[in-house]
Amino acid sequence: MNHGAATADIVARLQGVGLSYGKTRALDAVTLDLPSGCMVGLIGPDGVGKSSLLALIAGARTIQTGHVEVLGGDMANAAHRRSAYPRIAYMPQGLGRNLYPTLSVFDNVDFFGRLFGHEKGEREHRIRDLLESTGLALFASRPVANLSGGMKQKLGLCCALIHDPDLLILDEPTTGIDPLSRRQFWQLIERIRSSREGMSVIVATAYMEEAARFDWLIAMDGGRVLASGTPDEFLERTGTSELDAAFIALLPAAKREGYREVVIPPRPADTDDEAAIEADHLTKRFGDFIAVDDASFRIHRGEIFGFIGSNGCGKTTTMKMLTGLLDASDGRAMLLGREVDPRNVEVRRRVGYMSQGFSLYSELTVRQNLELHARLFGLPAGGIDGRVNEVARQFELTGILDAWPEALPLGNRQRLSLAVAMIHAPDVLILDEPTSGVDPVARDGFWTILVDLSRCLNVTVFVSTHFMNEAERCDRIALMHAGKVLVCDTPAAIVGSRGTPTLEAAFVDYLEDAANGEQVADMAEPLPKVARPSAGDARRLFDFRRMYAYTRRETLELLRDPIRATLATVGSLILMFVIGYGINMDVENLTFAILDHDDTAISRDYALQLSGSRFFTEKPPFAGYADMDRRMESGEIALALEIPPGFARDLSRGRQISVGAWIDGAMPARAETVRGYVEGMHANWLMQKAREPYGDVAAQGAFQLEVRYRYNPDVRSLDAMAPAVIPMLLLMIPSMLAVLSVVREKELGSIVNFYVTPVTRMEFLLGKQIPYVGIAMLNFLLLTAFAVFVFRVPLTGSLATLTAAAFLYVVVATAMGLFLSTFMRSQIAAIFGTVLITMIPAAQYSGMIDPVSSLQGVGAFIGQVYPATYFMTISRGVFSKGLGFGDLSGALVPLLIAIPVFIGLSAAFLRKQER
Amino acid sequence: MRLANVFHLGVKELRGLGRNTMLLVLVVYAFSVAIYVGSQAMPETLNRAPIAIVDEDQSAVSSRITSAFYLPYFMPPRLIAQSEMDLRMDAGLDTFALDIPPNFQRDLLAGRSPTIQLNIDATRMSQAFTGGGYVQSIVTGEVEEFLSRHRTERRLPVEIDLRARFNPELNKGWFGAINEMIEAITMLSVILTGAALIREREHGTIEHLLGMPVTAFEIMVGKIWSMGAVVLVATAFCLFVVVENLLAVPIEGSRLLFMAGAGLDIVAMTCLGLFLATVAGSMPQFALLVMMVLMPLQLLSGGVTPRENMPEIIQIIMYAAPNTHFVILAQAVLFRGAGLAVVWPQLLALAAIGTTLFAFSLHRFRQFLR
Repeated sequence: MNHGAATADIVARLQGVGLSYGKTRALDAVTLDLPSGCMVGLIGPDGVGKSSLLALIAGARTIQTGHVEVLGGDMANAAHRRSAYPRIAYMPQGLGRNLYPTLSVFDNVDFFGRLFGHEKGEREHRIRDLLESTGLALFASRPVANLSGGMKQKLGLCCALIHDPDLLILDEPTTGIDPLSRRQFWQLIERIRSSREGMSVIVATAYMEEAARFDWLIAMDGGRVLASGTPDEFLERTGTSELDAAFIALLPAAKREGYREVVIPPRPADTDDEAAIEADHLTKRFGDFIAVDDASFRIHRGEIFGFIGSNGCGKTTTMKMLTGLLDASDGRAMLLGREVDPRNVEVRRRVGYMSQGFSLYSELTVRQNLELHARLFGLPAGGIDGRVNEVARQFELTGILDAWPEALPLGNRQRLSLAVAMIHAPDVLILDEPTSGVDPVARDGFWTILVDLSRCLNVTVFVSTHFMNEAERCDRIALMHAGKVLVCDTPAAIVGSRGTPTLEAAFVDYLEDAANGEQVADMAEPLPKVARPSAGDARRLFDFRRMYAYTRRETLELLRDPIRATLATVGSLILMFVIGYGINMDVENLTFAILDHDDTAISRDYALQLSGSRFFTEKPPFAGYADMDRRMESGEIALALEIPPGFARDLSRGRQISVGAWIDGAMPARAETVRGYVEGMHANWLMQKAREPYGDVAAQGAFQLEVRYRYNPDVRSLDAMAPAVIPMLLLMIPSMLAVLSVVREKELGSIVNFYVTPVTRMEFLLGKQIPYVGIAMLNFLLLTAFAVFVFRVPLTGSLATLTAAAFLYVVVATAMGLFLSTFMRSQIAAIFGTVLITMIPAAQYSGMIDPVSSLQGVGAFIGQVYPATYFMTISRGVFSKGLGFGDLSGALVPLLIAIPVFIGLSAAFLRKQER
Repeated sequence: MRLANVFHLGVKELRGLGRNTMLLVLVVYAFSVAIYVGSQAMPETLNRAPIAIVDEDQSAVSSRITSAFYLPYFMPPRLIAQSEMDLRMDAGLDTFALDIPPNFQRDLLAGRSPTIQLNIDATRMSQAFTGGGYVQSIVTGEVEEFLSRHRTERRLPVEIDLRARFNPELNKGWFGAINEMIEAITMLSVILTGAALIREREHGTIEHLLGMPVTAFEIMVGKIWSMGAVVLVATAFCLFVVVENLLAVPIEGSRLLFMAGAGLDIVAMTCLGLFLATVAGSMPQFALLVMMVLMPLQLLSGGVTPRENMPEIIQIIMYAAPNTHFVILAQAVLFRGAGLAVVWPQLLALAAIGTTLFAFSLHRFRQFLR
C-alpha cells in the first residue's frame, strides 16, 4: 500500500492552530505538515481533537487561531475555500450522518453529484459506476434508513467520491462496521487510489491494525501532536512490535500509568451451569422482514459471552428481546430463570442494559445522569452519593462529573453509559456495542472492568462487538448473520473449525459462506475516471444546478414523507373549514331573562320586543335578585332586564320611568352588540307607543337612513371571514415547513454538506425555499377553490391579481421561515418560535378582525410592517370588492420589498461554516 | 407506580428545559410581552373607526352631524368629495362613509323625509357589525335634536338604564389579556410535553428508560407534572404580575379557584400534547399536527368569538375540548367573580376530559414505546 510516502508535496499545512469549545480546549497550537498523495492516518484516543482537526482542514469549521493552508491556499480566505471545496471530500464521523435517511441510495449520490455541478449524462454514468463498484447497485432504490452500517459508510464514500476529489477526508469511517464490510471498504479505497494517482487521503481511525497499513501517521493526545512519521518509524522509535503498544508508549507518562494489559483469568472450574440468559428459538418479524430467525443459545452465570456479526444482522433485536424491550414473535427469552416479561420491573432491577450509541441525556451533567439512574433503580437515598462516587472512580469519571456529555469525547461517553448500566450493581449486563469508536487504551480499561465484574462478582456479561481482539477475550462467542446464529462456541474452537490463522479470518470465512452471491464487484477493476467539472463553475456565486440539487432533494423528502405532505395540503383545508364555520361575527341567540316587578300587559309588551327578535332567546324569568346574580355569574344570561313596579301605571300618567338593563361585560365585543340591539329596540318601542294615537301615517320618520353594507350585502360572516383566513393559513404552514427544513438539518447533522460543498448561501436558501413555495401555491389554489365552491364566497375581482399576490406572499412567508431558522438550533424552539411570530400577529394585528388603522401601540406598528396585513387587503379586495391589479398595486409593493429584505437577512445571518 | 420515580423523571425534564435557553426565552415572552402587547393593542369594539363624510348639503344640520364623530370611538371624519368615496372604500381606508345629500336640511324641515346614505365596509368584521348601529344612533340623535328646536313632539318618559356588569367600560384589553393568557397556556402545555417526548425518541433516550425499572405510566406522569408545573408557575406569574399589576385588570373572583381550573386544564392539555407526539413520527409532523389542533382549539373555544354564534354541531364537538370549559371558567371566575357553586360543572368537565385524555394517551404511549 506504499504509494510513495516520501512525496515532498504538502497537501495541508497547519501552523499554531488552536480551537476551543467554550472552556474546552480541543486543539492547542498544532503545527503540522500533511504530505500529499498518500494515506495519512490520525490516531489517538477520543476527544484529542482528531475530528476538530479534520473539520478545520475540510473547511467545515471556522478557524479560531492559527493558520490552516490546504491545497496551496489559506482556508480562512473565503475565495480560496470556494475554489477548494470541489477538490475536497469530507465524510464526517457517525454512520451516515451526512446522508438523508428517507432518500434512496441513488438519490443521495445524485444529490451530491448535482451539488458539484455535474451534467446529467456524466452524473448518471458516474453514479452507476460508483454504485456498481461498491456493490450498492442492487440497493439503488432502497432508502438509506434501511441500510446496514457498512452499506451506509460505502454510500458515504460514493457521495464523497462523486466529484473526484484531490483530498479525501474520512473521520472514523469504519467505526461500528463488521470486519467483512471493513475489509471491503479499504479495498474500495485502495482501488480508488490506484485509479487516481496523487489523491491524498486523511483518515482518523480507532483501529490500529488499519493504521499500520497507512503511509504516514500522526499520533495525537490532549489537543497536541505526539509524533508523526511512517508506521515503521513509530515502531522503531518506541521499540515495540505493534502499533497498539507503540501508541501507548508514546503517551505521556502520566497517562500511561493507568494502563494495564487485559489479563483474563480462566473461569473457575466449579462454576454452575445455571443459565442467566437463554434464547430458545427466538424469532422476531417486522412485517415481512425476519430480523431474528430461530436464534437459540444459553449464557451461563458469570460468563462473558460475545456476540459478533455484521451490522443489521439482528444482534440488537435479539438483545432487546432478551431485555424485554421487544416482544418476541416466536420462541422464548429467559432471563435469570424466568421468562422475560416487560411488565416485570423486579427483573429489570437485576439487569443493566446499555443500548447502541450514546443514549443518555445530553441535557444532564455526568453526575446528574448517574444520580437519575441510581434513583430510578431505587437505590437507597442515603447511599446514592457514595455509589455515584464509587462508580465514577471505577470508570474514571471523577474529573468530569460536572461536565455535559455532549462536550465529552466518545470514549468518555461510552464509559459513562457503562457506569450508568452498572450503577445498581446488576447480576446481568447486556451491552450493545459498548466499545464502538473508543480508542485502544480506553477499550482495554473497559475490558479490565468487565473481566473484574465477571470473575470477581460473578456478573454475567453479554456483549456485542466488532473488535476481534475483544471477541477473543470472551469465554464463548456467537456469530450471527442475517438473523441466524451461524455458530456458538469458544473462540479457539471457532478458529479451529475453520482452520484459519485468526478469528477475524474465520469470521470473514463464515460470512462469505453465508453471503454467497452477495459478492462485491470484481475488486481488480479500477474505478472509472471522469473529468472533473471546471473549477470555474464552483467559483460562480450562483449556480442553478446547485440550487436545484437542494430543491430536488427537499421535494423528494417531502414526497417520501406522506404524512407531512398531506398535513401541509389537506390540513389547511380542514383548518379553513373549522375557522370559517367557527368564527362568526353575527351575534345571535343571545340569552336574556326578565325580572318583571310590574307584570302587566304593557310590561309584557315591552319584553316581547326582545323575545320576538331573532337576536334574543328568552330564558325563564328571574325569581329575584339573587337568582339574577347567580345566573349572570355563571354566564347563562347575557342580558338581564328589570321592569320597575308600576311600569304601566306610571307610563300612562307620564311619570319618569327607568327600565334597568344589565349586560354581561365579560366579553366586550358581544356586550357592545347587545347594547346596540337593546338601545335600538327600546327606541323602536317608544316610537311605536308614541305614534299609536296618530295611526300609521306618522310611522314614517323625519328622515331616512339608508344603510348599505357594501361588498357583503347579506352581511354573511363567512364572506368576510374566508378571504381573511387564507392569508393566515398561507403564512403559518409554509413558514413552519421552511423553518424546520433548515433547523432539522442542523439538529441531525446533514448541514455539514452545506459547509463543505461549493453551495453558496443563496443557492442553499433559495433551493430550500422553492418546494415550499410550490406547496404553498398548491395550498392557495385549494383554499381559494374551497372558499368559492364550498363556502360559496363570491370571488368578484381579478383572480390573476390574487394569484400573483399570493405568489409574492408565500415567497415572503417562506423567506420569513428561513430567516427565523438562522437563529434556531433545536426543532422545539423553532416550532414554538414560528407559532409565536406567525399565528399571533396574523390573527390579531393584520386586520383579520380589527382593522390595522384602529390598532394602537406596538400592535399598530406590527400591523403596519407585517406582510399579512397587505395580503389581507388584497385578498379582501379581490374576493369582496371586485378589485384588480391597478387598484391593489399599493398593497403589492410592500410584499415586493419584503422578499429581498427577508432573503437578504437570511443570507447575511446564515453561517457557511460551523463555529 | 413509584412516586419517587415520577419525581426524578420530572426533575430530569426540568433540568433539560433549563438548558434550552431559547425555549425559556420563548416561554417568558409568551407569558409577558405577548400578553402585554396583545392586551394593549386590542382596540375597544369601536375604537378609532375610520369614517368619511360626503357633505353635499353644507348646512347647519350636516355640520352638526360631522362634529358628532370624535375620538376615541371614531377617527376625526374626513370630509371627502362623492367621487372619492368608492376609491377610498375600495382601498380599505374607511370603514364608514356617510353621504348627506344636497338640500337635506331644507327637505327635512319641509317634512319631505330625505335620505342619508350610510356605506359600511362589511368586510371589516367587528367594526362593521357593531359600529353600524352606533353611526345610526348618532346621526338619528343629532337630527332629532336639531328638529326638536323646530317642532315639538310628545316624548314618552321611559328611559333605559343600560349597564355592563363585570366590565363596566367594556374594556376589551381585559378580555384580551385573559384570552391571550389562555392561548399561551394551551400552546405551551401541548408543545412542551409533546416535543419533549419526540426529542427523547429522536435521541434514543426513551429506549434507555425502558431498560430500567420504570413504567410507561411513570414516564408519562413525570413529563406531565414537570411541564405542567412550568406552565402553572408561568400562569401564576402572568396573572399576578402581568395581568393584575401591569395591565391593572381587576380580578373579581378567587384566584385560587382560577389556578385550580388552570391546573386541570394544563393536565388535560399536556396529555393531549403527549398523544399528538405518539401519533407524529418526527418533529416536522408534530409541528404540523400541533397547528392543526391548536388553531381550532383556540378559535372555537369561545375565547375569540362567542360560542353561541357557532353552529350547533361545532358547539357540541367543542364540549370535548378542555379549553372550552376553561374559557367559561376563566371568564366566570375572573370577571364575574363566580365561586365554586357556579363553576363546579366546568371543573368536573375538565377533570373528566383530563382523565379521558390521560387514559387514552397512556394507551397510545404504551404502544408507541413498543
